[in-house]
Amino acid sequence: MEFALKFLPLAILIIPLVSFLIIIFFGKRLPRQGDWLGTGFLFLNLFLSLYVFIAFMSLGNYSITYDWFSLGANETKFTVGFVVDQLSAVMLIVVNLISALVHLFSVKYMEGDSKYSKYFAYLGLFTFSMLGIVITNNLLLMYVFWELVGLSSYLLIGFWYEKKPPQEAAKKAFIVNRIGDFGFLIGIMIVFYFIGNFAFSEIFSGISSGKIPSGWLTAAGILLFCGAIGKSAQFPLHTWLPDAMEGPTPVSALIHAATMVAAGVYLTARIFIMLSADALTFVAFIGAITAFIAATIALTQNDIKKILAYSTVSQLGYMIMAIGVGAYSYGVFHLVTHAFFKACMFLGAGSVIYGMHHIQNISEMGGLRKKMPITFVTFLISTLAISGIPFTSGFLSKDSILASTMAFGSINGGITIIIPIIAFLVAGMTAFYMFRLVIKTFLGEPRNKEKYDHCHESPLQMTLPLMILSGLSIFFFYSFNPFGAEGGWFINVLKSPESLLVGTKGAIYHIVSREEFHEALHHAHYPAMILSLVLAGLGILISFVFYFWNKVDTEKLKKALNPLYKFSLNKWYFDELYHYTAVSFVMGLSALASLFDKYVIDGIVNGAAYLTVKLSDFGGLFDKYVVDGLVNFTGGTVWVFGMILRKFQTGRVQTYIGFLVFSIVLLYFIFRWI
Amino acid sequence: MEITLYHYLTVGAILFSLGLYAMISRKNAIMILMGIELILNACNLNFIAFSKYGGLGVDGQLISIFVILLAVAEAAIALAIVLNIYNNFNTANIDEVDSMKD
Amino acid sequence: MPELTTILFYIFAFITVGFAIIVVSTKNVMYSAVSLFMSLFGIAALFLLLRADFLALTQVMVYIGGILVLLIFGIMLTTKITDAEIKTNNLSYIPAAFFTTGIFVILIFVLYTTKWNQKTPIQNEETISQIGKALLSSYVLPFEIASIVLLVALVGAIMFSRKK
Repeated sequence: MEFALKFLPLAILIIPLVSFLIIIFFGKRLPRQGDWLGTGFLFLNLFLSLYVFIAFMSLGNYSITYDWFSLGANETKFTVGFVVDQLSAVMLIVVNLISALVHLFSVKYMEGDSKYSKYFAYLGLFTFSMLGIVITNNLLLMYVFWELVGLSSYLLIGFWYEKKPPQEAAKKAFIVNRIGDFGFLIGIMIVFYFIGNFAFSEIFSGISSGKIPSGWLTAAGILLFCGAIGKSAQFPLHTWLPDAMEGPTPVSALIHAATMVAAGVYLTARIFIMLSADALTFVAFIGAITAFIAATIALTQNDIKKILAYSTVSQLGYMIMAIGVGAYSYGVFHLVTHAFFKACMFLGAGSVIYGMHHIQNISEMGGLRKKMPITFVTFLISTLAISGIPFTSGFLSKDSILASTMAFGSINGGITIIIPIIAFLVAGMTAFYMFRLVIKTFLGEPRNKEKYDHCHESPLQMTLPLMILSGLSIFFFYSFNPFGAEGGWFINVLKSPESLLVGTKGAIYHIVSREEFHEALHHAHYPAMILSLVLAGLGILISFVFYFWNKVDTEKLKKALNPLYKFSLNKWYFDELYHYTAVSFVMGLSALASLFDKYVIDGIVNGAAYLTVKLSDFGGLFDKYVVDGLVNFTGGTVWVFGMILRKFQTGRVQTYIGFLVFSIVLLYFIFRWI
Repeated sequence: MEITLYHYLTVGAILFSLGLYAMISRKNAIMILMGIELILNACNLNFIAFSKYGGLGVDGQLISIFVILLAVAEAAIALAIVLNIYNNFNTANIDEVDSMKD
Repeated sequence: MPELTTILFYIFAFITVGFAIIVVSTKNVMYSAVSLFMSLFGIAALFLLLRADFLALTQVMVYIGGILVLLIFGIMLTTKITDAEIKTNNLSYIPAAFFTTGIFVILIFVLYTTKWNQKTPIQNEETISQIGKALLSSYVLPFEIASIVLLVALVGAIMFSRKK
């Protein structure tokens, strides 16, 4: 067992890298372009990580550190290492499972693509870097892998780079992420300045012994969280994720729904115990704002992948909010359950797109239930999960988060009440827009008869992952009690660590101990559950009234609420806002500089020139008669010397070298005898 | 006869002079580059001789490493320039490249 | 009977200087390049005699493996092999020879009249680890700057040789 924790994490990390290297170099020459290699390696990885999880359950935390190098005159040591604890053991399984299923799904989905082997190579690279983030015990190494997932995400979003939109989306994703990563880097620098080490254990023990002053600690926490804002697409950097849907759909499922975007949540959970009260408040409010904005946008979108993308952003906001209010275990729990049902939805969307021959607009679908029964059932299960209907995993995790926000509001009071209100609103909206998607896609009558007739159910390679993932959205994998995750084995594994700063007070929020939080949570449990069920039921009901029974004319409603509808349809005008502020600020600055050049500088130059002309007109007369004689004499002298000196300027480099060496020798003797 | 610092310095001086001769007397740009390489090697030889006999220790070798590094950068850039000259003037002889003279 | 190192020194010094003379005197650029190859090898051997094993290896790898290959590429790319022989004319070599000889005499004069700060030879046992430690401790700033210089040279070389 000891062996499993000592070597297997490294093996799990290396295997996808090996797969990447083999496929990128020899992929074209392997039979079937090497897809079996990547897929097989990932399934092997999945079994290894299950074994690591079992070993972790019986042996507990395990961490190993190697010396890397030391730098500078005072020998600052840099280390590398990995850690297996509750967080990384669970994440290993999630990442490997979804990656393996996405590999399997892609075998059919990407069939016949001209860059088939490259696609599998990139998937391997991504899995490697994601696993690196998960198992490293070191902030610097995490940053390295953080950038690597950014790179692989860039490569995969822009996978069909022959077309313009994927290029633009890939660039946007990369640049927007850079903004967040810049804050992350500064946060790492602050921590390193005070602690002098990158390992998490050293950082935490340094903080508990008070090495970082409290103001700096808040700054470091918020800046480190900036990395999560970028990677997890939180407000105000959330605009890249919906555009990233230009990539292949299985990639959206793997990277932009289940794993990479969850890396931000993972990071926030890792640094949870060092976040000060103010930093946690910031985290909670960013999460809540993101959840709300994304949910309102998702209400009106018509592209199946765009709806799922905004729902992902909204759910990520939920997780971030959960960690911000102190519900560490539930945030991570929701990460895991969301990863499964959201990956299932994205793959289901992929299956629909595959069946419908690349139609993505839901107003052209409808009635697919009969043609694609498996896709429909699995999609429905995961939709129930995300809406928070009992007997699903989503109910367990979402309900716990809602209860936590209520507990949070009751502990702190004041303005923090906003957070539970937003959380419940979003829960209702989620149920509404997800059922809107299901009804418009699968129920009712087909709206595009021609496409509908050619539609067919996807082959087993695509439906098997769907079945597995939707199966994992059932409650009993996480807790035997379908109405509460508390007490289930999963929450016991994901036990929340105690914050290092218990009892400190921020501006509007103070950190309470685990016991106190649980006490408040206990009181909030039943009211939260009832309220959330009512809201979810209401959302579903409205959705059916609008889109299934057509009792309300949605066109009229659109007209009546035109400004709000437009606002949501255009994604709160964030892209336009950024375009008219940040982008046009830079453009405007350069235009201003050019205008300054043209009018001010040129004006001065022209004015000076005009003045000079006038003066010289006057001077010219004087010149012509008085000065010229003198000048001609001087000129003649200069000409004579010039003719002599011209001989030296031969234009040959060699002569110059000669002079150079000669002068150096001359200088030597001058200095020697002075 | 014991080998001393002077032996190495003499070899360095000879190499330096030969490199200088190549730089001054040849008109092919690549020959000039070879002259530069000889001069840089002469100075490297001196540094390492001092590192052994002059008490410079490992520092002398480090300076040589940086010299080699600069030589690499210089060779790459210089050859790119030579190729450019060749493309523009159709010759690598630098005495024919004198369009700035008049 | 002289020592072995003495004999070796004379052999390698002779190789170095002899081939260097061929480098500067032959008319064929290709012969020059090949002679430079031999001369650089001689210098690498002299480095070994001076107990700078890492430097000797670097010399072989960088100069002979890198720069010389680059030079030969340069020769082949800039010479019309089809119509003219790979030759180069000397440019006023008699004045150049006088000038260089003068410089050489001055150098030797300076060499033998300066009082060098001589110490007893240090017996370096193993230089690689010392160099490595020095590079990452007291020489870390030059080391990083050197990496930037290399990067700039790389980008610059690509920019220069790019066809517009």
